[in-house]
Amino acid sequence: MSKPKIGFYWCASCGGCDEAVVDLAENILSVVEAVDIAVWPVAMDFKRSDVENMQDGEMVVTFINGAIRNTEDREIVEILREKSKYIVAFGSCAHLGGVPGMGNLYTRESILECSYSETPSVVNPEKVCPQGETTVPEGVLTLPVLEERVWTLDQTIEVDYYLPGCPPPVALIVDGVTAFLTNQLPPKGSVLGPKHSLCLDCPRKDTKPENMLIKEFKRPHETEIDLETCLLAQGLLCLGPATRSGCGAACINGNMPCTGCLGPTDSVRDYGAKALSGIASLFDAETEADIARIADRIVDPAGTFYRYSLPGSLFQGKVFQKEGARS
Amino acid sequence: MTAIQGDGSIRIGVFICHCGINIAAKVNISEVVEFAKTLPHVAYATDYQFLCSDPGQELIKTHIRENNLNRIVVASCSPLMHEVTFRRAAGEAGLNPFYVQMANIREQVSWVTKDMKSSTTKAKALVAAAVRRVARHDALEVRQVPVKADVLVVGGGIAGIQAALTIANSDKKVYLVEREPTIGGHMAQFDKTFPTLDCAACILTPKMSSVAVHPNITLLTFSEVVSVEGYTGNFRVRIKRKPRYVIEDKCVGCNACVDACIYKQPRFPDEFNVGLSKRKPVYMPFPQATPSVVLIDPESCIQLKKGTCKMPCVDACDRNAIDFNQKEEFLDVDVGAIILATGYQPFNPSRIPEYGYGKYPNVYTGLEVERLVNAAGPTQGQIVLKDGTKPKSVGIIHCVGSRDQKTNPYCSRVCCMYSLKLAHLIKERTEAEVFNFYIDMRAAGKGYEEFYDRVMSEQVQVIRGRVAEVTDWAVTPEEEGKLVLRVEDTLVGVARRIPVDMVVLSVGLEPQPDVEQVQRLFNISCSKGGWLLERHPKLAPVSTFTDGIFIAGACQGPKDIPDCVAQAGAAAGEAMALIDKGHVDLEPNAAHVRENCSGCRTCISACPFHAISLDKETGLSVVNEALCKGCGTCVASCPSGVAQQQMFTDEQIYEEIEGIMNYV
Repeated sequence: MSKPKIGFYWCASCGGCDEAVVDLAENILSVVEAVDIAVWPVAMDFKRSDVENMQDGEMVVTFINGAIRNTEDREIVEILREKSKYIVAFGSCAHLGGVPGMGNLYTRESILECSYSETPSVVNPEKVCPQGETTVPEGVLTLPVLEERVWTLDQTIEVDYYLPGCPPPVALIVDGVTAFLTNQLPPKGSVLGPKHSLCLDCPRKDTKPENMLIKEFKRPHETEIDLETCLLAQGLLCLGPATRSGCGAACINGNMPCTGCLGPTDSVRDYGAKALSGIASLFDAETEADIARIADRIVDPAGTFYRYSLPGSLFQGKVFQKEGARS
Repeated sequence: MTAIQGDGSIRIGVFICHCGINIAAKVNISEVVEFAKTLPHVAYATDYQFLCSDPGQELIKTHIRENNLNRIVVASCSPLMHEVTFRRAAGEAGLNPFYVQMANIREQVSWVTKDMKSSTTKAKALVAAAVRRVARHDALEVRQVPVKADVLVVGGGIAGIQAALTIANSDKKVYLVEREPTIGGHMAQFDKTFPTLDCAACILTPKMSSVAVHPNITLLTFSEVVSVEGYTGNFRVRIKRKPRYVIEDKCVGCNACVDACIYKQPRFPDEFNVGLSKRKPVYMPFPQATPSVVLIDPESCIQLKKGTCKMPCVDACDRNAIDFNQKEEFLDVDVGAIILATGYQPFNPSRIPEYGYGKYPNVYTGLEVERLVNAAGPTQGQIVLKDGTKPKSVGIIHCVGSRDQKTNPYCSRVCCMYSLKLAHLIKERTEAEVFNFYIDMRAAGKGYEEFYDRVMSEQVQVIRGRVAEVTDWAVTPEEEGKLVLRVEDTLVGVARRIPVDMVVLSVGLEPQPDVEQVQRLFNISCSKGGWLLERHPKLAPVSTFTDGIFIAGACQGPKDIPDCVAQAGAAAGEAMALIDKGHVDLEPNAAHVRENCSGCRTCISACPFHAISLDKETGLSVVNEALCKGCGTCVASCPSGVAQQQMFTDEQIYEEIEGIMNYV
């Protein structure tokens, strides 16, 4: 009997998620032993037609990383959806929109304008800008076109499971793949990770005061960070309280605050709003002026609280789209 | 209880109220009824003239039974108005009362929306929201907790005394805590009381003695509350007993130690006489002090300061009551209710430098004159100037520290009357000419206007105008050596200079200086300026927003003795109602922390009622349901979304929002 087929695919992504698969190290051997990797563009050579020629549902599971940013992303994931029994949104970008999702604070046009003419390092006197179709003497060339905004994977196709993180921690990948191989799958729609937030697993949790209030936020480069004390207690904006655990407190162990890449727990619909609400509850403020003073020290609130999750939030972005909003 | 249908389906009944024409004139009721029938899970919808009436409630009950409804929505007035009514009706029909949701289409719709079309649309949206929400409601139970039978009264002025006696007389145990060495408060310092001119001591000291001997009252003077834990019906209070260096049970108040003190003459300012006389380091605050026990002031006692006194007081005491090794002690008491009667402080007139208090020796406060007039006071009742002579003319300035944007904007309510009383007493004792400088004469009280008439008939002069300045700068020979009051007489419309020998400042009432500490300690709110805040200014005047804690007397705001006593009685009544009931009902809107709490502690600092703590074993947050007021702060703050509030779960609120957004 042939081995079950699985796939990995990337959309608008930095490549870190694929790197995370490689980070499985010797574990990857047992994966390769158990399955056939039918699609993995970052590591092996496959053509679109190879996928198109598969039977529907031929692959057991495809792990898709990256956000949906352009028409190619959309086309391929739609094909993969047909060919795969299960789709796993792999990593923050597929899960909630990720860092590329911050693009939803701008229009498509302003992003192109910025990238192709306004950026100081760009020399583009003719204002050449990518076009979906270009006619040349030899015929018509086509390129994928940027979508109006960034979408999460589940705003584009039906998603069965989510592996959170930027990138997903190796332990969660191993557990997730094992769940498929042993057919011990949780209910559809589950995020494959712990249900609680990071504080529970934080090595510094015992140093967190029971009644904690923050007078002033500091950015990591502005202060000497103690290696053992709760980062929030030191005034660093750590999002561990709002963020799903499962990373082994990797950033904390590197003496840096959690930035929230694993997204919210199951009980929360909008990560950024909840994180903001939680952090704001800690302000040690008596007056409105105090609140303003403390809040002013949070540089780039949208980028801080929605760094990984803007397209998947309730508002989805600054520029509202009529069509295609998640129903 | 009506079980949910065998198949577990939700069957919602929607009842739309006309409220006479209150709603029906602005909302197309039949359109809303037809609309309601199209909403998910709605099994029945109808309307009625007055749903809150008996037949209206009967209609609801009948349809719950006949149509097997297991949730109901009542679209009518505000829940504050009639939620209790409709919950009760549902309960009587066998439904859990918490399966009721109200849509407020009166206050939020018909009363505020002019156009019938838009108000009908709005009513539909609110009905849809309520329908979507009620489908997610849970059956909840009101929880009952037994209450402790004893009461704590904080403050031993007239209000505290009255409250303590009332409760003790009903055979309940009372702890009366007073931070001064004696009870009696400000009233004990007054000479006569307006408008009847009763001697304050004559009517107060019998009550003080009753407190001291009452078998149901534990009197804890020279003591302060240092911590309060628990919740209505179940408070644990820690009381600090400051050392008096005299064993209270042994001292009989014979004053032998005072006579024997190494200081042959009193040398230290006497607090009770507001510094107008002197006392020794060992002293009885005043002759009728209760308890009748002396105390030793560690600031002035040589033995306590330096340890070098021969201690004649110890030798003089044949009961061995003096104990220089006394330390502060702590006492924990469990009580069901707490009454705060912490009183006020007189306004300090040095904050108005133009009146010369502290600069001119013959400028007095009202309280100082009370002591001068008093037969037991520093001058044995003689009203004399600092040089020992009798004043021939006295000016009494009203509204000092009251009705003044620079100090306190409010009226202190008692100053007009006590100024008139002092005018009468000064006139009676000295035959001096007395001028009262007032802004408005406020004599609103039983017998007060009559008292004003009486004082007027005694040829007391009244000048309407706020005094600009008290000065010793004489501009005419008659003003030499006098204090001159500069004032605009607003009735005549001229500026006047009135020279007098003595000036009395009728200072207003201010919150106690440590009111913020009291507020924190007992977890209650203050109104602007620092007076303790009542739950409702008209309908719950002695309750606070913390259940089980009541307020009485001037701590709530300036008031005179009759009002303090009346409030004390009311607070005692409220406390006894709570205790006699034997248990407290807890609204099931408490928050709880669901599984998967990570122990991040955000909710703990957010909770304004200290209802959340960290379970020592699990390291996770736990809500004390009895302390929780259901404010929802922890729910909003919980970064991982596991803190949820019954009756306001995230799911219920999302359903409500979607109900509003999705149907009209």
